[in-house]
Amino acid sequence: MTTFIIRRLLQLIPVLIGVTILVFSLMHLTPGNPAMILAGENAPDATVQAIEQRLGLNDPLPIQYFNFLADAIRLDFGVSMRDNLPVADHVMPRFWVTLELAIYSTIFSIFLGLIAGIVSAVRQYTISDISIMIVALFGLSMPNFWLGLMLIQYFSINLGWFDPTGWGSPNQLVLPIITLGTAGAAIIARMTRSSMLDVIQQDYIRTARAKGVRERYVVYKHALKNALIPVVTVIGLQFGALLAGTVLTETVFAINGMGRLLIDSIQARDFPVVQACVLIIAVIFVLVNLIVDISYRLLNKRIDLD
Amino acid sequence: MNQTAGEASETLKEKQENPKIKSLKDFYKRLKKNIPALIGFYTIVFLVIVSIFGPMLTVHPYDTVNLSDRLVGPSAEYWFGTDHMGRDIFTRIIHGMSLTLMVGFFSVILGGVVGVPLGIVSGYYGGRLDNLIMRFMDVLLAFPGILLALAIVSVLGGSLQNVIIAVAIYAIPGFARIARGSTLATKKLEYVDAIKALGATDNRVIFKHIMPNVLSPLIVNATLYIATAILTAAGLSFLGMGAQPPTPEWGAMLNDGRDYMYQAGHIAFFPGVAIVVVVLAFNIFGDGLRDALDPKMKK
Repeated sequence: MTTFIIRRLLQLIPVLIGVTILVFSLMHLTPGNPAMILAGENAPDATVQAIEQRLGLNDPLPIQYFNFLADAIRLDFGVSMRDNLPVADHVMPRFWVTLELAIYSTIFSIFLGLIAGIVSAVRQYTISDISIMIVALFGLSMPNFWLGLMLIQYFSINLGWFDPTGWGSPNQLVLPIITLGTAGAAIIARMTRSSMLDVIQQDYIRTARAKGVRERYVVYKHALKNALIPVVTVIGLQFGALLAGTVLTETVFAINGMGRLLIDSIQARDFPVVQACVLIIAVIFVLVNLIVDISYRLLNKRIDLD
Repeated sequence: MNQTAGEASETLKEKQENPKIKSLKDFYKRLKKNIPALIGFYTIVFLVIVSIFGPMLTVHPYDTVNLSDRLVGPSAEYWFGTDHMGRDIFTRIIHGMSLTLMVGFFSVILGGVVGVPLGIVSGYYGGRLDNLIMRFMDVLLAFPGILLALAIVSVLGGSLQNVIIAVAIYAIPGFARIARGSTLATKKLEYVDAIKALGATDNRVIFKHIMPNVLSPLIVNATLYIATAILTAAGLSFLGMGAQPPTPEWGAMLNDGRDYMYQAGHIAFFPGVAIVVVVLAFNIFGDGLRDALDPKMKK
């Protein structure tokens, strides 16, 4: 196990280097010189040169990259192009909002997805199974931003139950969480169902039943434990998708999170903030997947540890 | 342009029947048993036909501003009502259909054209090259969901064309991984060794023997990926980073509707329904294909 974790950590290094190179390149791939973008369209040459000097844009690219990397590790992404405040000041307060939204939605989708998936598998081919699977298919096929708008239309405008915008008080939380978590719940439900059905066909389940173990016990003690293993991987991937999906959800509900900040910054061509947001989401996603991989190994004792 | 979307779906259909021509009948038999898949398939065919001929049949212009009829609810004259500029929403949805399908087909084809060869080369030759290619794919996969597409569009600028490129790049690692996996599995088979011993060139082995085996999982992936591509592209347009006005792109229409939720909820309702119908069709067709093409399901 230790060797696996060490090897997995080593594999992380090239990926993180690649991710940082890509994020670093964002600014250099845009048409035009970064200093000119920073200085604004009609800036005099002297200003542009001063910025080039200050940001070290005249250094060779590898050196610029290493400086970027060294700063990024210390969470220093330079200053925002809009107000010259440190990027971290913009990103950090909003980061917690987004993380909160993503975590709540993940919990919502795991909870709903697992229950729906188990019910569906246990009652295969009954009305409840078929209706759950149809709902899941819709959940998967719906753009979450449209779901959000429809929830606002019905629950906020027509019924007046929840606030249509903002984040913080309980009646602001419900709709965004449903909006963001539904697709994940659908994916988890489908995965749980098929994984449960796979396991239920196994010999050891038949043995348990033949021994006279009660059905409830067979399902929850014997089958569920093993059925959940592949679901863990899906949950990890879903967390990443949710983290990125906050971009749309925060736009719909006018939530001041990192996703909204990212969109505003792209529109304002505020590249340092864009780089920070993209890098933070990618690194969190990579780390979550590392944790998922490790727990997958821990859960699935049948996989040999090389 | 519409025709290309139609052609794309035809090639897709041909390909899915290609892997084992002998078992074509068997495949169709199994697909036929999967009623949702058939519904999905015929819905896609119907949508392609609508996207080609629909725009000729609509009576209202899709882009002419008519302020005297703005924010009108659904009626006999305007089936889905009108938007904030008095444009008929039904007409705009019909005109936007080909855009949606095109984004789906083109981005998947583009992603496949780059991703599949990378995956096959990676799996077939192995070693350092494999390592290099797959690590690069890992890097692309580190940007979850819409994030990679957003980053790419932030560099390229917002337009429908750039959305296709962005969504295609996002599709590359998926295709590469599947192609690599199937290539590895096929390479191990004894008959491949035998053909090689008989002096077959690498090209021959790849095109004659590896490709057919890689194809069926790829087609399932491509079909399901079209659904994701359409959702991602609509999301980008909704954020104002895809199709620009007055293009009748469905995501952009939803964005228009957002400002009129209180006065005219129908503006945001119908384009969303259209997206759900298209994405649902590809999802259930893809699910059915997977069941029909999965050898494990054969009994």
